[in-house]
Amino acid sequence: MCTMIVQKVPLEGFGKGAGGWFDMDQANVSWDHPFHAPEEHALNIDFVNESRGPGARVAVELSVESARQLVETIQKVLGEAEGKGLLKEA
Amino acid sequence: MYTTDQYEGMLAETVAIQGANGDRVLAYCARPLGKGPFPGMVLIHHMPGWDEWYREATRRFAHHGYASISPNLYERTGHGSPDDVAAAVRADGGVPDDQAVADIEAAMKYLRALPNLNGKVGVFGTCSGGRHAVLAASRVAGFDAVVDCWGGGVVMQSDQLTLQRPVAPVDYTADLNCPVLGLFGAEDHSPTVEDVAVHEEALKRHGKDYEFHMYDGAGHGFFYYHRPSYRQSQAVEGWEKIWAFLGDKLAA
Repeated sequence: MCTMIVQKVPLEGFGKGAGGWFDMDQANVSWDHPFHAPEEHALNIDFVNESRGPGARVAVELSVESARQLVETIQKVLGEAEGKGLLKEA
Repeated sequence: MYTTDQYEGMLAETVAIQGANGDRVLAYCARPLGKGPFPGMVLIHHMPGWDEWYREATRRFAHHGYASISPNLYERTGHGSPDDVAAAVRADGGVPDDQAVADIEAAMKYLRALPNLNGKVGVFGTCSGGRHAVLAASRVAGFDAVVDCWGGGVVMQSDQLTLQRPVAPVDYTADLNCPVLGLFGAEDHSPTVEDVAVHEEALKRHGKDYEFHMYDGAGHGFFYYHRPSYRQSQAVEGWEKIWAFLGDKLAA
């Protein structure tokens, strides 16, 4: 919260946290102090389900370059799957 | 003077205080044994949470002769590992300033109720805790010294103000009634050297008693020995500044 650069996005999916698999309903994306990454700031993504308490969290702390590559790669993979008619979106 | 034949003893334990809105707030209290009287210190944890470093720091202050308490400002978010709890608070943009100030005031009053306090209480914080320390010392009577270690967001632009943080702490400078020690890293991004200069100018303008030290070769969190940000010589000197400052300001 030192930078206050944070956004929450609702999502549907499942994540494996310290207590095993759980249903996630939100991702919190921030540019702020990481807990583990050896940097002052990182692109942090916490996949969470707040109703299950603070421990329902899958955390990643990424460098800028890695975060951008991840976004690009997700789009590429989805595009390829869509191109092959594999996405059955509601 | 520290001597090898002196008696030492310490009581360190989790306690509970009544914080903002009467809520139960856990706190870690470490205090020297003996009749004292001892000065008191409230320690305000950093953004990464009420964690092991803050328990160690609380005991460190007790080791140096301070009845010390560190309240869990993230109490309302629930319990779990410190980083999981802090991540949830980070997502919410921090805890509300009013709530933090009331929790810190409650911690100060806990110390003031001890039978062996010398009547003086200081407040120390790092990172967001440095900001909270300045804020509490400005808004609440009862603090005799404040130690701000690289508190980001003491100086805020208008577009940084939020419902939780509606007023920049620097704007309360006129109300600050105790001396300030500030320790900062010249390579920090929050607060920047420019932010610290604005804070210092406000202290000067209002005629406040302050002492700022800006360390070259250090950035944010240069006391944290478990992080790459640790800077040994600057940290050692910084701690010496703290003991000298508090020894002067919190003497009975």
